[in-house]
Amino acid sequence: MLNEYAIQLKGISKYFPGVQALKNVNFSLKFGEVKALIGENGAGKSTLIKILTGAYSADEGEIYVFNQMIEKMTPIISEKLGISAVYQNLVLAPHLTVAENIFLNKLPSKWSFVSKSSLIKKAKEVLKRLEYHEIIDPNEKVKNLSVAHQGIVAIARAISKNAKIVIFDEPTSVLTSKETEELFRIISELKKSNVSIIYISHRLEEIFEICDKAYVLKDGEFVIEKDIEDTNEDELISYMVGRKLKRNFYISKEIGKEILRVENVKNKKLKDCSLSLFEGEIVGLYGLVGSGRTELARAIFGADKIDSGKVYIGGKLKYISNTLTAINNRLSLIPEDRRNQGLALKLSVKENINLPIYRKISKLGFINSRIEKETALKYVKKLDIKTPDIYKTVQNLSGGNQQKVVIAKWLASNAKIFIMDEPTNGVDVGAKEEIYSIMNELAKNGAAILFISSYMPELMGICDRILVMNSGKIVANIPREEYDEEKILAYAIKTAKFEEVDSK
Amino acid sequence: MKKIKLNTQIILFLVVVALWIFLAVSSEYFLTYSNIKNIMRQMAIQGVLAVGMVMIIITAGIDLSVGSVVALVNIMLSKMLANHFSIPLAILIVLIVSTSVGLINGIVIYDFGVPAFIATLAMMTIARGTTLLISGGSNVFGLPRSIANFASSDFLGIPSLFWFLIITVIVAEIILRKTRFGKYIYALGSNPEAARLSGINLRLVTYGVYALGGFLWGVGGVLETTRLWMGVPTTGTGYELDAIAAAVLGGASLFGAEGSALGAFFGALVMITIYNGAVLLNINPFWQRIIVGIILVVIVAIDQFRKKRSKD
Repeated sequence: MLNEYAIQLKGISKYFPGVQALKNVNFSLKFGEVKALIGENGAGKSTLIKILTGAYSADEGEIYVFNQMIEKMTPIISEKLGISAVYQNLVLAPHLTVAENIFLNKLPSKWSFVSKSSLIKKAKEVLKRLEYHEIIDPNEKVKNLSVAHQGIVAIARAISKNAKIVIFDEPTSVLTSKETEELFRIISELKKSNVSIIYISHRLEEIFEICDKAYVLKDGEFVIEKDIEDTNEDELISYMVGRKLKRNFYISKEIGKEILRVENVKNKKLKDCSLSLFEGEIVGLYGLVGSGRTELARAIFGADKIDSGKVYIGGKLKYISNTLTAINNRLSLIPEDRRNQGLALKLSVKENINLPIYRKISKLGFINSRIEKETALKYVKKLDIKTPDIYKTVQNLSGGNQQKVVIAKWLASNAKIFIMDEPTNGVDVGAKEEIYSIMNELAKNGAAILFISSYMPELMGICDRILVMNSGKIVANIPREEYDEEKILAYAIKTAKFEEVDSK
Repeated sequence: MKKIKLNTQIILFLVVVALWIFLAVSSEYFLTYSNIKNIMRQMAIQGVLAVGMVMIIITAGIDLSVGSVVALVNIMLSKMLANHFSIPLAILIVLIVSTSVGLINGIVIYDFGVPAFIATLAMMTIARGTTLLISGGSNVFGLPRSIANFASSDFLGIPSLFWFLIITVIVAEIILRKTRFGKYIYALGSNPEAARLSGINLRLVTYGVYALGGFLWGVGGVLETTRLWMGVPTTGTGYELDAIAAAVLGGASLFGAEGSALGAFFGALVMITIYNGAVLLNINPFWQRIIVGIILVVIVAIDQFRKKRSKD
């Protein structure tokens, strides 16, 4: 009984100016146990993890690790105890190599000279445990890797420390289903070697695949802990949000004229892509990371150059060589990486929303501040963006509300074609639902949406049809009646040559 | 009790007030009309340069060519005036030159992808070299008396030079707060990719902000010429550092998207007060720079601490 628990947190409270982030929370984790920590954004999950890793100190409560009371937890002590975390926003040094990142704080060295050959060798061993030793080159700089592979590097770093307790914070948000399966394989390996795991994810079905227990937080308070066999997704969601959640968001809409046609677009990453979007349509674009989805989105939007191909908007041939032309043709792009591409984080909600339209609402360079303010207020209200006021900088908003600011920006610019690249990435269940209904609302009013996602259930839940990309090409166009998860996945994975598909 | 929210400008303002009270008590000459006018004259040039610098820093850029461009303008203007050019024409020419120098900085930074630090470091030595070439390394004399008179003249009881600073601060504040260009400056500094994806022409914003900087270095050079009443090829050395220090004291972040013209104004005021006070208190002038350095570190450290606390 004495040695059953790897971690015990007793009566933890943490207060931040304005919010009680955690209120008298008890949490325990047994050896070799995989426990899901779930709750909406702001429920206190991150705070709890940060207290455990020593990034924050608790105002009240006791921390026991391996039955030993830790007086003052610090990041150094936490690491010595074998606690390591893989964060959603990967904490990597982009200019260093994969191997250097994996062993960043314990580079194998002799007389403080780093031994490169042993570093590479050790990195290969770690990558081999993940079966990525042939896919990721330890000599490659991290900034040259795809986001998914960067995630693998972060996991490699965590397990390289011989960690006894590993925390995964939204590890799958950037992974495709194939890569997620890989991750699950890794997690069950860790579990077999008696490592304890805390798993945080917004994707509940994953929890049922790999976790033993689910621990629910809401508004900083413990709600319930359930054996995974004794519960189901709907029940957990109702504990998290206090109400039932829909899964199928599809509504039938009136499909109008063709609004966007892309013909034979090619560039370095794209091999001949053609597609069409019609008014009132939500079209999914599925593909593995690296299949060229993001590149296609950026090429259509004029953010990256295209070598050849044509883009028609409303039936007219347009030369979209830069983003301004795209915006003037009522195109919009909600980029994959909200924080680095979608938003100017240090600017206010008001300024972010008005960014694409400042040229329209100013005379002789002077901004009409009345219109500026009204526009911001209008869309904050319309999309129910939760912010104390429009003058708050967007870095203070939650992920879901940040994403709504990006959408608001394009509503303000009067866009009609929305290219959304992973719009629900890292936003909580409630906010996801809101984003889906915004998408439906837009389509109902005649907008066309190209919805890029690695997460097939959400595409199947809302799209009129799904395009599948594989190695820079669109390889399938699947109407709603023919949705079949396995079939779509097969198109996305297979390396076989596909015949030209008609993607209309 | 209501909590007063401290921002950088307020902290800085309190520092200025504290310094002024201290100096007023320590030296009876400090709060005299003539000394205050003296402070205003000293501050005019540095303030104008600090305002130009803060706008560049908000874009997450930097300009190290400031002092050299001031010297280039000083020498060119002195040469022309010594050769009896019309004064407005000569001033127009040097302002065009300095603005062009700024524009070239912008082109090198945006189109050639040279980091601002390197591009303007190169411009710093090029402009200084040109200055020395034109002047042959010696001072230029023979400027009209009216030039020197202007530097010591007043308008509405305030030194004429200081009016330039007042106008510069007001115009810069209006640009930053009220215009499209101003919003783009902050957007570029916060996240260039997000700005580009919002349809903003980053090339024009970059050109604009460095050209505007160049224009203000030109104004600074003209004011410097009136104060010196001659051309001095080595003048302006280190002005860029003073301008950066003033901007940062005023709350600008070298990571971009933070800062204001008014902040830069107060930053310059703190520095000038220290220089002026040190002279009045008979402190070894070599100490001045040490004190300014210490105050710079302390104020920025306080500011960082405050930001960190408000984030947690």
